[in-house]
Amino acid sequence: MSKLGISRRDFLQTSGLVTAGVVASSLVGTIVEPRVAWSMATSVLDASQARKLLVMARHLFPHDSLGDQYYAVVVEALDAQAAADKDVGKTLLDGIAKLDGARGIDFLALSDGSQLEVIEALEGTDFFGTVHGATVNNLYGNPLVYRNFGFEGSSVEFGGYLERGFDDAGWLPDV
Amino acid sequence: MAKTYDLNDDSVVVVVGSGAGGGTLSNELAQKGIDVVCLEAGPRLSLDDIVNDGGEMFAKLTWLDKRVDTGDLVPGLPLWVCKTVGGTTVHWAGASLRFQEHEWRARSTYGDIPGANLLDWPIEGHEMERFYSTAEDKIGVTGTHGIPRLPANNNFKVMALGAKRLGYTQYHTGNMGINSEPRDGRPACQQIGFCMMGCAIGAKWSTLYTEIPKAETTGHFELRPDSMVLKINHDKSGKVTGVVYADKDGNSHEQKARIVAIAGNSVETPRLLLNSESSMFPDGLANSSGQAGKNFMRHTTGAVYGIMPGSVHLDRGTQMAGIILDEAGHDPNRGFAAGYLLQTLPGFGLAGVVANMSPGAWGREYARDIEQYRNVACMWIVGEDMPQEKNGVTLHGSEKDQYGLPIPVGNVEDHANDAAMRNHAYKTGRAVYEAGGATKVYERLPFASTHNLGTCRMAANPRDGVVDASGRAHDVANLYISDGSQFTTGATENPTLTIVALAIRQAGIIGDRMAKGEV
Repeated sequence: MSKLGISRRDFLQTSGLVTAGVVASSLVGTIVEPRVAWSMATSVLDASQARKLLVMARHLFPHDSLGDQYYAVVVEALDAQAAADKDVGKTLLDGIAKLDGARGIDFLALSDGSQLEVIEALEGTDFFGTVHGATVNNLYGNPLVYRNFGFEGSSVEFGGYLERGFDDAGWLPDV
Repeated sequence: MAKTYDLNDDSVVVVVGSGAGGGTLSNELAQKGIDVVCLEAGPRLSLDDIVNDGGEMFAKLTWLDKRVDTGDLVPGLPLWVCKTVGGTTVHWAGASLRFQEHEWRARSTYGDIPGANLLDWPIEGHEMERFYSTAEDKIGVTGTHGIPRLPANNNFKVMALGAKRLGYTQYHTGNMGINSEPRDGRPACQQIGFCMMGCAIGAKWSTLYTEIPKAETTGHFELRPDSMVLKINHDKSGKVTGVVYADKDGNSHEQKARIVAIAGNSVETPRLLLNSESSMFPDGLANSSGQAGKNFMRHTTGAVYGIMPGSVHLDRGTQMAGIILDEAGHDPNRGFAAGYLLQTLPGFGLAGVVANMSPGAWGREYARDIEQYRNVACMWIVGEDMPQEKNGVTLHGSEKDQYGLPIPVGNVEDHANDAAMRNHAYKTGRAVYEAGGATKVYERLPFASTHNLGTCRMAANPRDGVVDASGRAHDVANLYISDGSQFTTGATENPTLTIVALAIRQAGIIGDRMAKGEV
């Protein structure tokens, strides 16, 4: 049997256990999107590097209904990991260099299809795994996102689902 | 009423671990007036510490001391077990099923399967009936003792629809250690979800808030949390005399003992024996058979996800909300020995579905499937796996833990019978969801192992196993194994009820032996 099971790292990440790491004292990159009123501030990654990771995160899990601000949360988490752990920082910066180097064209200038091919070629690398794990955790672990897709989070304070639809699948025939 | 005992008090029974085995044994002994000191490696939480947050509870409950895994175990997290008072009963889903009669006689029933280290249990199935009944009453198992079954949630209704359409007949909401009505001072289930992150209202049985406090009211019991047992000492006659443990601050103490019972789950229990080697026991304490740490079983598992035509909201309500039993028997015509169950499983939240439905997957198509989260249903496969000598727990040659002890190395590799069973179960699970109208089905490999069994197995002949039919070490007259480690074979069923029933039985045997002055 091959080892397709989730790694401990992935598991911890998907369990929401990766904490934000240290808060860096100086901010390097800033992306401001005034049209939709959100911004992202990073300390290790500059604005261009942060944008590349955001684009990559969207390619990994593209949801047309989600604005960039939700993917920016992923990048901020990656930046925090990089600030807390130099090895993660090196993995990310080396990986971003590969995104740019694959076609000899700045990753952000590539077409959508070429970007996707470049990312596909990196599958299996530490860089890919780090970005993938952080995206699973920080995109889908975001209450605004998981509520949008139907996970309702903590229920004990509402008395559980006994009176709130634990058995409400009306499309099912009676068994 | 909680009592304290002196470290030099050598009249006490020391129980290592406070979960299904250790917590139950402790209370059963204390109820008989026998003095017990229970050493638990983890901290003592209360219901107030239990929240509906997967990540937070994973961090609070899980045994995360370093372990190395090889073979087919999940890399990095080979086992999902707990380091907390109550042990893995804080985390368990509640399924409480008796073994089938033939499962006590695995070797006789299944025959000689190459590569499988099968044995019959040294216990007759019928002998266990009254202990099962007592255990079911203690836990408050639904569908027994006149206790109603739990109501069906959507996730189970989807499974039941497919089961019905396939012609299955044995499916229901299970025999669960979750109150369907108020019982034993605990409330009824409110269909909260998050069972495996700890039941925030205590509707699910756990030794944390049943056996442990009940033992404390007897005046014959002391719980010492944050106490990691490192070594078991013995005298020149080969009887154990006490245990060395590290407290919260890392200071070592020796608690003297009349009897020691180990219930640390199937990695820590054999590890403690192996780490207690001495000139008298050079291969590890109580290991003249060489079977300590071998025959590690974890059940043949896997999961199936179905994307259904309507909403399921699989994280609402009881997590293990129902079961299909039709494939549980031994029918070699299917191409494998023994049987399996199908039980519902939750999504563990949106991120859990994303990470687990197809580990490592990404891209536009997977994102579209994720957007169907509301319609996802999930079931777990759990079946009997074959004991194999190569599967087990050994000590790492160089790496040490925070106490300076060699870390454990776990190895589990599928037997061909396990692979054939899982393959059959995947086809069944897929058929169940497709019969219910699924538009897409995912098959998933095993999660981190939760049912860990067999590493100090019970055998009639001292050459074949570590303990006898009472769970007492063949080599050491006052040493017992009291958890799933003593399982001779794993059977099909989720193991907790059998662990509890064996602990009740063992407490009776220990009490009798003490009364007769035999120990």
